[in-house]
Amino acid sequence: MYKKSLSYPHLVWMVAFVIVPMFLIFLYAFTSNTTDGNISFTFDNFKKCIDPMYLKIYANSIWIAFLSVVFCLILGYPAAKILADKDRRRMAAGKKASGLMMLFVMPMWMNVMLRLYSWLTILQPNGVLNSFLGILNLPEIDIMYTRTAVVLGTVYDFIPFMIMPIYSVLIKIDDSLIEAAEDLGANKSRVFLKVILPLSLPGIVSGITMVFLPALTSFYISDFFSGGQFMLIGNLIEKNFKNPVGRNFGSSLSIILMGFAFLSMHIMKLFNKSNRQMDMF
Amino acid sequence: MAKHLIELTGLCKTFDDNEVLKDINLYINENEFLTLLGPSGCGKSTLLRIIAGFETPTSGTVSFEGKDLSGVPAYERKVNTVFQRYALFPHLDVFDNIAFGLNIKKLPKKEIEQKVRKVLELVNLKGFENRTISSLSGGQQQRIAIARAIVNEPKVLLLDEPLAALDLKLRQGMQLELKNMQRELGITFIYVTHDQEEALTMSDTVVVMKEGTIQQIGTPTDIYNEPKNAYVADFIGESNIIDGIMKKDCLVNILDTDFECVDTGFSENEDVDVVIRPEDIYILEPDKGKIPGTVESVIFKGVHYEMVIDTGSFKWLVHDTAKYEVGSQVSLFVKPFDIHIMKKS
Repeated sequence: MYKKSLSYPHLVWMVAFVIVPMFLIFLYAFTSNTTDGNISFTFDNFKKCIDPMYLKIYANSIWIAFLSVVFCLILGYPAAKILADKDRRRMAAGKKASGLMMLFVMPMWMNVMLRLYSWLTILQPNGVLNSFLGILNLPEIDIMYTRTAVVLGTVYDFIPFMIMPIYSVLIKIDDSLIEAAEDLGANKSRVFLKVILPLSLPGIVSGITMVFLPALTSFYISDFFSGGQFMLIGNLIEKNFKNPVGRNFGSSLSIILMGFAFLSMHIMKLFNKSNRQMDMF
Repeated sequence: MAKHLIELTGLCKTFDDNEVLKDINLYINENEFLTLLGPSGCGKSTLLRIIAGFETPTSGTVSFEGKDLSGVPAYERKVNTVFQRYALFPHLDVFDNIAFGLNIKKLPKKEIEQKVRKVLELVNLKGFENRTISSLSGGQQQRIAIARAIVNEPKVLLLDEPLAALDLKLRQGMQLELKNMQRELGITFIYVTHDQEEALTMSDTVVVMKEGTIQQIGTPTDIYNEPKNAYVADFIGESNIIDGIMKKDCLVNILDTDFECVDTGFSENEDVDVVIRPEDIYILEPDKGKIPGTVESVIFKGVHYEMVIDTGSFKWLVHDTAKYEVGSQVSLFVKPFDIHIMKKS
């Protein structure tokens, strides 16, 4: 028997670091900034949020998160497929998985700033990439501090979150299902489209969720790759919180961001459900 | 003469250093129900997978209607497989599972619907079109797996222990249904099983395998009554296998007692295996039979009693409808044509 008291530390943790901060955010979001300590209820912070200037920032954030998801999927699915196929063959032969997956996970154990700075040495005008292109007599590319660089950085940082769930779904697909499809006349591409892809959909959905949400909310990547000139919703919140008079507005922005997050999760859930609606009865 | 539909010549298969199939030669006739029978690891499933195209033989050829199949991928072969654990597509409903092969062939929608409905009727699952796979019982999934294969009207249906996961009652019912289906559809069945009873009830031809080699090919009656060696005799049904010495033609010495038999062609005093089925042994009053013994145990088996009778140097397995008490003195008798003599392997 587990004692109920063992859950108290967790309860304290939840109250101190989830419930109280949430309460404060809502409190700030719906009150006006006053220096004399009086609290007055207001919607002004939210009215400010729908200013066209800010709407453009939201749209930009969603667009960048969307692009990142698309590129993560385009690059990540084949990677996961190749890794899973290799490991399936190894496991079918009674060997252990290759451990190549570790190569994709290991960078995540390194300090994020270190990883981002290494991109700077690659992408800056006289960096590794351009010296390499120079050797090949190709025109130089100057993408540092552009939106392209922000997407590149986001994709780089979050692609393991796309590869992992897809890999773990692919590795579990029963070989006999693939054989059954072949047996029924499906060639390699048909097997993929009619069996493997639909069966890996749950992995794709969770990969998309796991990339889209952090891509939407992160601020350090856009900050770093755009040199601070490119404003996303995450950056906007960060800037407002750094400024003592901005925390009310920052809180309302946080709530809007949470709304986006909930919405996107809900959409993904619906998607996952329609995929499995047959399991309902 | 029946036509050879499939011919296997000199088939060998090695996995790493493990010889799974050793020089298999076999032909399969049109409309035949052929069973590959053997214990697990005898290579019977590998043989089936080679015919299906999932494995390539290390050497030897598979020919189908006279054409060599090497290099022909599984998806171009006119055979369909019923997998051991059914391998139904979990993301598709019953209709789409059955229609999978027809959709790939791009048949018109109307025709697909007709065929699926017809085959569902055949497997007694009318009206199950929109059910999910996970909502079906094991027996129903089994039927869908069979339906999914036969809807493509294959020349040959390969079945890899399809009934292994079902309980006894269901299994026996399905055995009859499969046999009927095979007759009605006129499809050649190649059936893999380790269950000798299943093999005997369903097959036209039984192929007994051991460690990658074929031990005997024959009708169920042949295999049961005239096993070629002690291994086959032991694997097909229960039997008493005793060391014997062939004194001369039609006379064998077992356990220091001479028995008349019907086998000829052995050299004088050759060591042989003697196989006697438990139901072929008669239990008589002491002194009336050939070998005296004591009843050691009795188990009721429904139709008959299974008794172990100790005659000193050998314990006989005997089936009889009459019961003899444990400890009672009896003697055993065997008719000459029930004694099967086999060369020592």
